Amino acid sequence: MKAWLPALLRLALLVLLVAFIASPGWFEPLLRPLTENGAPAIYNQGSLLTLTLLHLRTVLVATVAATIVAVALAILVTRPAGAEFLPLSRSLVNIGQSFPPVAVLALAVPAVGFGEKPTLIALFLYGLLPIFENALTALTTLPGNVMEAARGAGMTGWQRLVKVELPLSAPVILGGIRLSVVIGLATATIGSTVAAKTLGEVIIAGLISNNLAFVLQGGLIVAALAVLIYDGLSAIERYAARRMGRETA
Amino acid sequence: MIEIEGITKRYDETTVVDNVSLVIEPRTIAVIVGTSGSGKTTLLRMINRLVEPTSGVIKLDGADNRSVPDYQLRRSIGYAIQGHGLFPHRTVAQNIATVPLLLGWDKDRIKARVDELMTLYQLDPQAYGPRYPHELSGGQQQRVGVARALAAEPNVLLMDEPFGALDPIIRTKAQEDLLAIQKRFGTTIILVTHDMEEAVHMGDKIAVMDAGKVLQYAKPAEILARPANGFVETLVGSSERPFRLLSLGRVRDAVEPGGAEGEAIPGDASQRDALAELLWAGRPALPVKDGDGKLIGRITVEGLVKRARPA
Amino acid sequence: MTFRFDKLGIVIAVVVAYAAFAAPFATFRANRIVPGQARSILESLPSALGALLLAIVIVGGIIALLKTPLVLRLAASVIALAALAILIGTAGGFLTPAGNTFARVSPASGFWLLIFAFTLLLADVLTRLNLSPSARVGALVVAALAVGALLVSGSWDSLSILKEYASRADSFWAEGSKHVTLALGSLAAAVVVGLPLGILCHRVEPLRAGVLNVLNIIQTIPSIALFGLLIAPLGWVAAHVPGAAGFGIRGIGTAPAFVALFLYSLLPVVANTVVGLAGVPRAANDAARGMGMTDRQRLFDVEFPLAFPVILTGIRIVLVQNIGLATIAALIGGGGFGVFVFQGVGQTAMDLVLLGAVPTVALAFAAAIILDAVIEMTSTKRRAQPA
Repeated sequence: MKAWLPALLRLALLVLLVAFIASPGWFEPLLRPLTENGAPAIYNQGSLLTLTLLHLRTVLVATVAATIVAVALAILVTRPAGAEFLPLSRSLVNIGQSFPPVAVLALAVPAVGFGEKPTLIALFLYGLLPIFENALTALTTLPGNVMEAARGAGMTGWQRLVKVELPLSAPVILGGIRLSVVIGLATATIGSTVAAKTLGEVIIAGLISNNLAFVLQGGLIVAALAVLIYDGLSAIERYAARRMGRETA
Repeated sequence: MIEIEGITKRYDETTVVDNVSLVIEPRTIAVIVGTSGSGKTTLLRMINRLVEPTSGVIKLDGADNRSVPDYQLRRSIGYAIQGHGLFPHRTVAQNIATVPLLLGWDKDRIKARVDELMTLYQLDPQAYGPRYPHELSGGQQQRVGVARALAAEPNVLLMDEPFGALDPIIRTKAQEDLLAIQKRFGTTIILVTHDMEEAVHMGDKIAVMDAGKVLQYAKPAEILARPANGFVETLVGSSERPFRLLSLGRVRDAVEPGGAEGEAIPGDASQRDALAELLWAGRPALPVKDGDGKLIGRITVEGLVKRARPA
Repeated sequence: MTFRFDKLGIVIAVVVAYAAFAAPFATFRANRIVPGQARSILESLPSALGALLLAIVIVGGIIALLKTPLVLRLAASVIALAALAILIGTAGGFLTPAGNTFARVSPASGFWLLIFAFTLLLADVLTRLNLSPSARVGALVVAALAVGALLVSGSWDSLSILKEYASRADSFWAEGSKHVTLALGSLAAAVVVGLPLGILCHRVEPLRAGVLNVLNIIQTIPSIALFGLLIAPLGWVAAHVPGAAGFGIRGIGTAPAFVALFLYSLLPVVANTVVGLAGVPRAANDAARGMGMTDRQRLFDVEFPLAFPVILTGIRIVLVQNIGLATIAALIGGGGFGVFVFQGVGQTAMDLVLLGAVPTVALAFAAAIILDAVIEMTSTKRRAQPA
């Protein structure tokens, strides 16, 4: 495959996505055959653009919060003072990942009620795990002689963390963030079952009214967002890894 | 001057370093040699307090090394390790600038120092400065590692198997470079190795360690000639002993009057190399020349054989 | 004897103190959807039992707080959890007025926090004990039997979640078996298709990137959308392929859910097969070739056994993921525990949500522990043999 082909495909996908969100009317003839009995082919109970932005905002807020908390926790348990918590935190992550996102969402409703809140909580909690796991892996598998050299050069604990450990861990932590964003984008759609304003609304409206055009447009927008964001973050990750001479597979 | 006084390190019940005392004269190279697990690395790491001793004192130029915070102490002591430990996310120039940056030197001074060291190590600052460590060969990485250790003009340089990961040819070159730089800066170097050959070649004095104790601390010739006990003797290697002894002496010190046939040997070559040359040439004697190419006498197999045994 | 504090113990003790004294232990509601009233431990239980429970959790908290022997910590956490589990049932009976069938009593935040705190203590003890894989499965079986015994004994019957269960016991088991069938069936199908596909991708280099990319993209389609999108093609198949409808293939219901789960499962299975096979040491492969093994022999005698733990890890991911995703099937009439979750959400009946969510979490949790143990057993067995 030519090197520019994937980039071109992604660009085309991006253009298509933006065009669809901004002006869904242009695509009406394409979706028309999927509807029955003269049902509308384009989602008409709200603006796709607003829903997309709300969807992204939900994921962004949850991921930023999850990143801060997860990385802070990972730093804490890899310092001498928090080392006691390291084995436990490992098993908790392992256990936590077996909680299905839907269950987390459903269990959050009794605690905080309907709307955006339970979705944010579910996304935040579920987003914590991959980031924490990756940060932990990165911080505990730093090359020994590099850390030795940092100590030998007279860096304080804080300087080692900021100047050596975190930069070296960045690609792996980014990998965790990427995973968490992609899970979050998909899980946010389920949030619409508890009345959060996300693209899930479009899909669920389609399921309820048996309108495949709705299901398709909602699903494709989320999928396109996920593919583009996943690729973008992968590219940043590869750049960071390459700078450190660690080629990723 | 580095004074190690009654240093002991215990981990639970195991004594890793056992009541060691050494004095290292300024501007010399002291080599600590021993098998793995002999405690040599631990002893080295107690000098810059990467390991805290259980008991005993280490003084640098008369001051207890615990009189300043550990990180400040380490900034004043160079430290180079096996496998170089370069920061993979920083360029070569940034790596070398690590300690000067920590010490807060101004930009121009750092740049000047980095350029000086890189030039000294035959790395073009323009070409190699902006590269990342993984873009260098093993030998170049090792040189950058030593340059980084020397960046803040430390009086003392600690080296833990610095040449351990190099292949034999680059290794010899790196040793020569280090000797040259030690002469130039007058740095006091403490070098840890398991290789007696390297110890004899590099050290002004050698400390032989086993099971946490220093068995013998003496000049290389003394260690070769009069090993303190069976362990030191084994480490020296009885079959290698005469050659190692010869490798310590220069040809010019073994010159006899008279002339000889054949290609002249430079006076600053080692006596060991001269013996090899004589044996290979199949001659009993070869002429010797000084730095200007002037013949100053001859060297003989017979003379060298006498020198291959301790007096 | 000097007292020293355990760092995790401080966290646990703080949670226990808050939960025992400041948070409600149980919630009482006059019927299933009105807001509830909070009840503390002492209000929820006959005074002697209430005091006993308080004493148990306080002693447990102190044991956690101080540096104490592991056995003592294990005992404290198990006794506290058992007491909580038994007494929450008692609280249900105690708080419900006699003969009132509308009133609902459910565990409140204090109860959940206490469970959380002592589970944390137990998890810490189990982690530090470094149990063997079979011991971990053993512990899981003991816990499952204990919960089972409590359920059968009827001591929880007065709790709201079990009242929800009582009114739909038949459908609970029917949806449960649908849920398990969906998760396991799609996994089995994914293994049958994914393993050969993975081997093929490993052998035929040009195929690898393409197949993995397509599977990756499928994974990014949100589950509810993928479920919905499969309705149309499967409806078409049911209508036009003779006999298909007889197999239960229909536009809505179990079929699209099954296909969607199958598609999601393919990526981890295929990707881990490829990674596992790629991770087989070159020397082992060369040696096998050098000894004259055919490609087929090499695959079954060398590559496959060596790649097995990695492939198993893929299967673990799929199983845990499928148990969770099968919940979504309810949205397109595919059944499963999701039916209760979404019904509950629709009726704002949280007990019903719990009736669906709790078994799902329990299933996923059990599957993770069992498969982790199996993975560890297969890889340690291999490590024990000289390489």
